[in-house]
Amino acid sequence: MKLNKKVLGLIVLGGLAVSGNSWAGTASALDLANTCAGCHGTDGNSTGPATPTLAGISSEYFKEAMLNYQDPEGRYSTIMSRIAKGYTEEEIDLMAGYFAKQKMNRPDQHFDKKQAKAGAKLHKKYCEKCHEDGGRSSEDDAGMLAGQWMEYLEFTMADFTGGKREMTKKMKKKVQKMEKDKGANAMNELIQYYGSQK
Amino acid sequence: MSGISRRNFIQITGGAAAVSTMGFSNILLAGKSAGNVVIIGGGVGGATAARYIKRADPAVNVTIIEPNANYYTCFMSNEVISGERSLDSIKFGYKNLESMGVKIVQDYASNIDAKKKHVVTKKSGNIAYDRCIVSPGVDFKWETIGGYDAEVAANQIPHAWKAGPQTALLHKQLQAMKDGGTVIIAPPPNPFRCPPGPYERACQIAHYLKNNKPKSKILILDAKDKFSKQGLFMQGWKKHYGYGTDNSLIEWVKGAEGGIIEGVNAKTNTVIGSVDEYKGDVINVIPAQKAGKIAFNAGLVNDKGWCPVNQQTFESTMHKDVYVIGDSSVASPLPKSGYSANSEAKVCAAAVVASLQGKPAGIPTLVNTCYSLITPDDGISVAMVYNFDGKKIQKVKGSGGLTPMDSSEAVRKREARYAHSWFNNITSDIFGG
Repeated sequence: MKLNKKVLGLIVLGGLAVSGNSWAGTASALDLANTCAGCHGTDGNSTGPATPTLAGISSEYFKEAMLNYQDPEGRYSTIMSRIAKGYTEEEIDLMAGYFAKQKMNRPDQHFDKKQAKAGAKLHKKYCEKCHEDGGRSSEDDAGMLAGQWMEYLEFTMADFTGGKREMTKKMKKKVQKMEKDKGANAMNELIQYYGSQK
Repeated sequence: MSGISRRNFIQITGGAAAVSTMGFSNILLAGKSAGNVVIIGGGVGGATAARYIKRADPAVNVTIIEPNANYYTCFMSNEVISGERSLDSIKFGYKNLESMGVKIVQDYASNIDAKKKHVVTKKSGNIAYDRCIVSPGVDFKWETIGGYDAEVAANQIPHAWKAGPQTALLHKQLQAMKDGGTVIIAPPPNPFRCPPGPYERACQIAHYLKNNKPKSKILILDAKDKFSKQGLFMQGWKKHYGYGTDNSLIEWVKGAEGGIIEGVNAKTNTVIGSVDEYKGDVINVIPAQKAGKIAFNAGLVNDKGWCPVNQQTFESTMHKDVYVIGDSSVASPLPKSGYSANSEAKVCAAAVVASLQGKPAGIPTLVNTCYSLITPDDGISVAMVYNFDGKKIQKVKGSGGLTPMDSSEAVRKREARYAHSWFNNITSDIFGG
């Protein structure tokens, strides 16, 4: 096989890069995001039932979550703190950008219709201000709620209300007020509502 | 296709097709082609590579040569053995890949002619390639265990280390066993597919016995003196299965203390150890392993029986334009796992597409995550992030590691749920859907 100049040039360049002591460069956003697919689904659309979908979440939320996982005093997790420590901030930025651009698939989940209906009202009253569009919008530090896997939402809310994960002041105030006004099942009704969203 | 024009290429492979009786090359050339990639093996590595090449460049012709109509995942097959899930739930076909335009040739690839650039098949003649990806999984060193061969494994003493009929057989044998029986598991020496697998299998079988045949025992006759996730497994055995007490469901004999086995006697259902002989009611022997047969036939292996590769691209260091991924490749420090094969396949797919487009390969990034289930509600994991230092793959310092020994029951329960979510997600990522 004949080698043209372009190919030859690449081989020479490749050879130089490999022979150096330090390997400069960062993997592409796509290649980085592809490593997450084993647990979070292709392009970040999880097939569930417990690992969350990353597709469509705000890049700020993703970045904050990953940096928090890296912090020993940061976000509580089973496995993510071990994995997040494998990435530089630059790599996290790239992944964040990739997932923010993906379209979220909202899966069919089993939900209680009556509770979901009650949850819709609760959402409007306590959550909509920051989690806009019925929780379908993930902007700034707001995660994706509508169509997220319900089991993940259960874990997450249990961590928030159990003091294992820190809530923002605004959220804490609203969650506490909701539970005081509407009782212990209010959170479950909210989760049923988010799980019902297509 | 550096140096060969598309027109020349058609003439060359067209000629080959005329000579071969089946003429698959003609079919491959029917569409507008950005190159022909032939993948040997439709398991985790092969199917992932096919899907990710098509995602990166739909114009590339991708063919998978695979002898079986379906693939049964080894991961979660221990749950089939214990009866926690059905064999059908770990069975995957190729319809979704075909709908992406991947061509499935149900045949056995027997060799690769790296000079003529074609794969030799049993029934379909020679299939021409521009790039060939080899992902055959493992083969067994039958000769290391006297009296043991493929036939004994298929009918009487299953290894069940390739999921499918032998997984079902082992499950049936457990169901038929009397309460008070002995189950022998003989894990292989390193290196082998799925390092925590034999010990998760012991957990799954113990879980079944505890609920159904509590007077029974599991005897692990290990070729090794230590094993993957050992601390966590032993902690789990103590917690759930009485390990260390007189009533333990599990006994583990390390290699140095007589665990190494030299043979089996299928007539008497006996395992012949280096020190003692052990009679079992159900026996599961997992032999020592090496790269899949095609890797030997095609001259892709080193003297240890595994395939050395350029760890940036997974191109074989033995043959140009031939890539090896999954269990057969030397991807250390990555373990031989399903997640590794999936991750390696993506790095390889990107490198193959880049190479067909005349572009340099990208910078690899890889992950491994392995879950093991001690009970249906008690999961443990090990994870690691890998990058490339210019010469080889390395662990990213500070990343990864095991489930902490002191993690709460709530954490373990979540890990079990994440284990099942991992199964759902990785199988969709591999086979589509």
